[in-house]
This record gives sequence, C-alpha cells and structure tokens, in this order.
Amino acid sequence: MTGELSGILDHVDRISALDLEGVEPTSHVIELENVLRPDEPRPSWPREKILEPAPEPADGAFRVPSPQAE
Amino acid sequence: MSTELLALSVAEAAARIAAGEVSAEEYFEAWQGAAAGDELNAYLWSVEDAASYEVADGPLRGIPVAVKDIFCTEGSPTTAGSRILEGYRPPYTASAVRRLDEAGARVLGKTNMDEFAMGSSNENSAYGPVLNPWDRGRVPGGSSGGSAAVVAGGLAPCAIGTDTGGSIRQPASLCGIVGMKPTYGAISRYGMIAFASSLDQCGPLTRDVTDAALLLAAMEGRDGCDSTSVGIEGGIVAPSREDLTGLRFGVPSELAEDSVEKGVREVFERTLREIEGLGGEIVEVSLPHAEHGISAYYVIAPAEASSNLARYDGVRYGMRAPEAGDLIEMYEETRAEGFGDEVKRRIMLGTYALSSGYYEAYYGQAQKVRTKIAEDFAAAFSGCDFVVSPTSPSVAFELGAKTADPLEMYMNDFFTVPMPLAGIPAISIPAGLAEPDGGGPELPVGFQIAAPAFAEQGLLESAFALEQGIGFQASAASRLPWIGGGGDG
Repeated sequence: MTGELSGILDHVDRISALDLEGVEPTSHVIELENVLRPDEPRPSWPREKILEPAPEPADGAFRVPSPQAE
Repeated sequence: MSTELLALSVAEAAARIAAGEVSAEEYFEAWQGAAAGDELNAYLWSVEDAASYEVADGPLRGIPVAVKDIFCTEGSPTTAGSRILEGYRPPYTASAVRRLDEAGARVLGKTNMDEFAMGSSNENSAYGPVLNPWDRGRVPGGSSGGSAAVVAGGLAPCAIGTDTGGSIRQPASLCGIVGMKPTYGAISRYGMIAFASSLDQCGPLTRDVTDAALLLAAMEGRDGCDSTSVGIEGGIVAPSREDLTGLRFGVPSELAEDSVEKGVREVFERTLREIEGLGGEIVEVSLPHAEHGISAYYVIAPAEASSNLARYDGVRYGMRAPEAGDLIEMYEETRAEGFGDEVKRRIMLGTYALSSGYYEAYYGQAQKVRTKIAEDFAAAFSGCDFVVSPTSPSVAFELGAKTADPLEMYMNDFFTVPMPLAGIPAISIPAGLAEPDGGGPELPVGFQIAAPAFAEQGLLESAFALEQGIGFQASAASRLPWIGGGGDG
C-alpha cells in the first residue's frame, strides 16, 4: 500500500506547481446565509431507540472497554 | 401481465395507477418478483412482505424505488457497503427517502455500492462486486453500481444514488441508463451517510429523462435537518422540449488531448451532430483547470472522508471487534477489521493532506484549484448554455481490470469530478453503443451535459429533447430480460 500511496501523492503533487497566490480557497460551493429557526424545545429521540443499534448497550448507556488496560 | 407492467416507465406506471387502471399493490408486487430474481449481486436487501402497506397519495403513488445502501432507512439494514456497519438498522430515515415516501413511492430494496461510496467499479464493496447486466464479466461502474444495475437489468423501475465525483453519472453511463447529479444543495443530505460532505449529492438513476425529473421533483427542497439544503426555486416539472434551437453546447477544447476510447469518441461526435440536427449550436469552450480536477478531488474527498469516518469506532452503532483489551485497542481493531483497503487508503491520504506542515500544500491548494475550476465553468457558461463531454473515457471494463492500480481507477472520474468541485448539476444520458478498445461486445456510452447551478429544469429539457433525437430508449428496453428481442419501438 505504501507504493500505491506514493503514486497517488506524486499525481496530486502536480497542483503544488500551480501559481495560485491570492486565489480564495473554496470550502463551500453554494452561497449560503445563516439558517435560523425559532429556539423552541422539541422532544428528542427516545434513549432506547438510539441505544438499539449499539454493539453493547448497558444501563441506558454505551458500554466500552476500560480506557486503561489492566 | 406482469411483463407488461415492468415495461412501463415510472411516468407511465404512475399515470396508470393514478387513473385506477393498475393497482399500486399489483405493480409493487410485480417489481418485488423481479427484484427477487437478482443475479447481479445488485441488492444487499430487498423487501420481503408487501402484504399490507399504506402508500401516500402523491405523484409517485405505488412506485417502487431501489435505494443505494448509503441512505439510512428506519428499521432496515443500511451498510454503506462496509463490514463496519454490518447489521446496522438505523433509527431514522434519510430526508430524500422520506420525501419519496411522502410522494407515494416505496423502498423496494437497498443496493450494493463501493464501500462508503469510494470507488468507480463497485469492486470495493465488502459484499462483493455488482455485475454489469450488459455483460456479467464487466463492472457496472461505481460507486452507485447497484442502483445503476437494477435499473438497467430490469430489477427496479428507478433508483437513487449519490454522486461525489461521478458516482451516479459514471455507472449510469456504463449501464446505459440516465443518471443525474443535481446542484449541491438541491436535495437534503440528512440521513445520507457522509463521504465528502462538501461534494456529496443525492440524485436519480432512471430509464429515461422524464423519470429522472419525476424523482428529482419529489426529492428536491429545503430541509430543516440539513442547513446546506436550499432546494430548486420554482421546483421541477416533466420536460417537454422537442428541439434545441437557440441553445449553445460547449465542448471543452482540453478534451482532445485525452485518452478517450475510440468507440466512445465516435458516439460523442455523432451526438454532437444530433444536437446540431435538433437546432443546437456546438461551440468550443475552455476549462483550463479541469485537468487538475482529479488531483484536487483526490485531496479534498479523502480529507473530508478521514474526518467523517472517525465516527465509526465500535461504540454507538455497527460492529465492534470482540475481545479487545482496552478502549484504544477496541477502536484500532474495529477499524482494522471493519474498513476495506480503499477506505483505509483514503483515510491515510486524507489525514496526511490535513496534517500540520502539509495542509497548505495539499488541502489549501486543492481548495484554490476548486475555485479556479468553478471560475472556468462560470467563464464557459458566459459563452454557452451547457458544457458537454463523454461521461466516462471508456465503456464498462472487465472485472479486475483496474483493481491493481488505484490511480488508474481514479482516472475514470476525469470527466465527472469537475462538476461536484464546482457544485453544478450534470446528467448522463445513454447516447449509443460502442466496442471497447481492443474489441469486445458493444456496450453503452454515456453523454454528459452540465449546466449552471440550479439550472436543472433547463438541463432536463435539453436532455429530454436530445434523448428523443438519439432514440436510445427503445434499444435499452429491448435488452431487458423480460422483454426480449423486439423492443417497444
């Protein structure tokens, strides 16, 4: 995979030769205005529904292995 | 009776259902039977019981839709073609699918795809490649390969997919159907599993242009769940234009230099003559930065993907590697087991491109190229109404032909990456058949038309007029297995 990645980087490196001094970078293509909505409380999703697809739900939460090996 | 139903276009079927000539249940069941006969590995899941269901009374009442497995569908499997989401059943439905439901359509099944939409051949699916219905030894294109194959192979009347760098248009081209990428923001991305958020857009894959317009009309619109969605002002109606008089079609002069297959080039040239025959004018335009599209794309898309895919950590959904010692080990093993090679490749490329010291040279520079590509299109559209090109440099290639060299696979996207980088809409329509270089069966060739942002209606009108002129529809339908030789004229 190292060789493949180098090959890809060699190709994309071509853009570094372009003189783009002063060109504005594009992070978003469509002009957007801030979208606001009334700050009204709405019911959130039920906890059980969100926990359902979890690999190891426990006590109403996501169980994970200990952050530190014993 | 069933065969007759399957031969109807979506527009025809919807009209007959609305008129009470065909029942929604009967039509859906006919397609369910067709989907059950999938031999292309195109479906990852399809509905089993159609016994009782309520469909909304809308313009798509009773229409089954095949949905790329990248869209969340409440309660039914959604894998994005990845092991890491094996067994995942989302608690909610993507807005695009919900809008189809509200228009009366119903999900027929979830279609196979390149893992997390990363690929141009569907060979990157964790669930095996999809076969091209025209020649089962060849790829259907990707990443929406399953969605293209089910429509072309007579396993669904229509489908939806996503296009980040060509993932709707290229498979549509390779399978001989219509595929459209709308303007960024036309359709909500809510519930569409994110690959590269600034590029991803949902769109239809259909037998003809009219059906594409019907699906787009149902799906487009602002959505409170996606602040980047804006919809299409004035909406979308079925196209009806008969000629191309007064319209200018720009052919990029940079096209000439490229390695386009001979047969593809011939079909492209013939289509330009068809445009002139319909009263359109062919003009030359220049997209000087388009050749850097691949480079910019393969920096921006992996960079955004590396950020988006950080959420797959084995905690909240999907698979978790068993018996990991501690939390970090669990993250590492889950990702090592859950992600395929192409996904790992892109995560590494993306994190590298975003890393301190390389950010400006890669990601920053790629974003500037993006600006230049958008400016190129803006300049081109000052001298023409549409920019046209082949959709793909080749017809469908053989399975395994390009898997050894990722870069060669990436070059397939040469004609399709500039549009999402600029955010503009583009459609691929079948333009004819051609033999691959070096010989082989005649296979479909797509013709790509790109338009300025939010000019979807005009794009569909022109594509419709050209589609009638080319007359490919009949020959495509004649290939469908349940129709046989004759076609319906």
